Amino acid sequence: MSESYGIIASFPDTPAFFHAAEKVRDAGYKKWDTYSSFPVHGMPAAQGQPRSKVPVFTFCGGVSGFTLGMTIVWFMNAFNYPLIVGGQPFFSPVFPFPIMYELTILLSAFGTLGGMFITNLLPQHYNPLFNSDKFLEVSGDRLVIAIEARDGQYDPVATRRFLEEIGGTDIEEVSA
Amino acid sequence: MATTTQDSSMDATQAALLAKVQPAELQEQPLVTNNRDFNWVTDKICRIVETKTPTWWWICMAVALMTASFTGLGLLWLVSSGVGVWGLANPINWGWAIVNFVFWIGIGHAGTLISAVLCLLKQGWRTSINRAAEAMTIFAVVCAGIFPLFHVGRVWFGWWLFPIPNSNGIWPQFRSPLEWDVFAVSTYGTVSVLFWYMGMIPDLSVLRDRAVQRLKKNAYEGAGALAKGMDIFRKNFYAIFAMGWRNAGNHWRNYEMAYLILAGISTPLVLSVHTIVSFDFALAVLPGWHTTIFPPYFVAGAIFSGFGMVLTLMLPLRALYGMHDLITQRHIDNMCKICLGTGSIVGYAYIMEFFIAWYGANPYESFAFINRAFGQYWWAYVMMFSCNVFTPQLFWFKKVRENWALVWVMSIFINVGMWFERFVITVTSLANDFLPSSWGYYSPTMVDILTFFGTFGLFSVLFLLFLRFLPLMPIAEVKFVMPAADPHGHHGDAKGDHH
Repeated sequence: MSESYGIIASFPDTPAFFHAAEKVRDAGYKKWDTYSSFPVHGMPAAQGQPRSKVPVFTFCGGVSGFTLGMTIVWFMNAFNYPLIVGGQPFFSPVFPFPIMYELTILLSAFGTLGGMFITNLLPQHYNPLFNSDKFLEVSGDRLVIAIEARDGQYDPVATRRFLEEIGGTDIEEVSA
Repeated sequence: MATTTQDSSMDATQAALLAKVQPAELQEQPLVTNNRDFNWVTDKICRIVETKTPTWWWICMAVALMTASFTGLGLLWLVSSGVGVWGLANPINWGWAIVNFVFWIGIGHAGTLISAVLCLLKQGWRTSINRAAEAMTIFAVVCAGIFPLFHVGRVWFGWWLFPIPNSNGIWPQFRSPLEWDVFAVSTYGTVSVLFWYMGMIPDLSVLRDRAVQRLKKNAYEGAGALAKGMDIFRKNFYAIFAMGWRNAGNHWRNYEMAYLILAGISTPLVLSVHTIVSFDFALAVLPGWHTTIFPPYFVAGAIFSGFGMVLTLMLPLRALYGMHDLITQRHIDNMCKICLGTGSIVGYAYIMEFFIAWYGANPYESFAFINRAFGQYWWAYVMMFSCNVFTPQLFWFKKVRENWALVWVMSIFINVGMWFERFVITVTSLANDFLPSSWGYYSPTMVDILTFFGTFGLFSVLFLLFLRFLPLMPIAEVKFVMPAADPHGHHGDAKGDHH
């Protein structure tokens, strides 16, 4: 048999799935995840995951957008080609505010989407889990927990038994 | 001892009262009716793109393509002849082009509102309509963009609007509201696409996984070669755009945060876009345009027309695809109520404009408003007022909201009324400005009419393609609002009818 990616177990309903995740967290496993076709309310806490880092990317995007907006308006209308219009100053942060506002939002949005991809390590078009027929059913209503073989605590027999104890069914070892 | 007796008699009275009134927990109407489960939801939505293309789709597509060709023809005519083929002439130098632009931008607003504002307000009912509404936003922005772009006359110089150096060393003028508009609309279009795409990633992965499942299970013998080819195409097409999404808890954690942030930044965006569009008018000194009420008034009108269009689109789709369990009476009720609310705000704005025109004691302003209602364009004002102010008032009545055919007809009235609103604002102020010697009357030409009606075809072509290739509803979000998705258990049926 080829090298193992880990073990997956299914759970009958959302509460059982949620509480099982808490038990895996409490058992001290590190390289594991839950899989469901919808976000489960409160699951990050049940999995012991910290707050998402996506806002950092949004913030960087927003600051870049604001700075870019200021810079282009100053460069184009006050520095490179100054032109008096209606007695208004060559540069002021007030009149072109919509430009900065819109660019702040635009780059924040790119930062957010990019941040989502980066923090999720996507795109990743291949993953051993895709080879499992049971895993493919996650897109329907299957609720799955997968504990990976690279986890320090992983043991093919003990981990399987542990997943059984916390209510897992259809337990399957997925090869890497 | 006396106190105890009193207490026990109180308990007895209370118990008797409770027995009489039979108090029940207040139940909200469910968002997914008929005890549907997760698999049903997945199947229902995915099968729209997985099954054979229905005949009505081909018929609609043929009609839409033919109509869209009118825009192509109109634009070809314009580019080859010059903007003189439009009905524009002094003093009305802004006619249907700006009317149509503002109209289409307004249509788009419900999409962002449903996605972003209702998401922030934790309105679960947004889930089954937000994807189609977002698609509507994007296609409406595409239609809107055509008009200012071609209005510049020499469309091949349209790129001068972007902040890139041109051959004459001239930069865009950032003191102009028109330049703000370029930034606002292009940002709006781009952010809407990003929001739409990000929301779709989990659903695209569902379509990918279903194609893979079919490829593994089916033998595809004989005539199945085409079906196999389609499944291979689907697997690859959706896999590319799903980016390897695996529905992991970690994915959802970052996704939900990103979605919330996008909703958070799209909310001020949607408000700013129509505010900035209104600045195109409000920052001019023309009577009837130069008013501070314009930003909120335009935003309310945009939401009003946008919801009108969502109803126009969703009610037939609901019937054609049998989506009654997903788009319930509660959804229709809520949309009608929003139309009622925003329609009333618009009505208030019409009346307040009149009041301020009188109260401001500016004779030009007073004249502009009296002329709007009673001048040469009185018919447009009547259309505007009756469609936008009187029509939605019928939504006060439950019987009306439950009559889907009537709601559909009224949603079309709303759209007609909102187009007339933009027409009234644009044309009446320009046609009769400060100098009576320069007054004129505006009539559109055949090119104007063809170009505008063609955009409905273009919009329909894009929307039909969306229906055919992409998930109509956010599967994950619909599942999320079902009771079975509650990790802390739920009352009643396991597959849940109660929410």
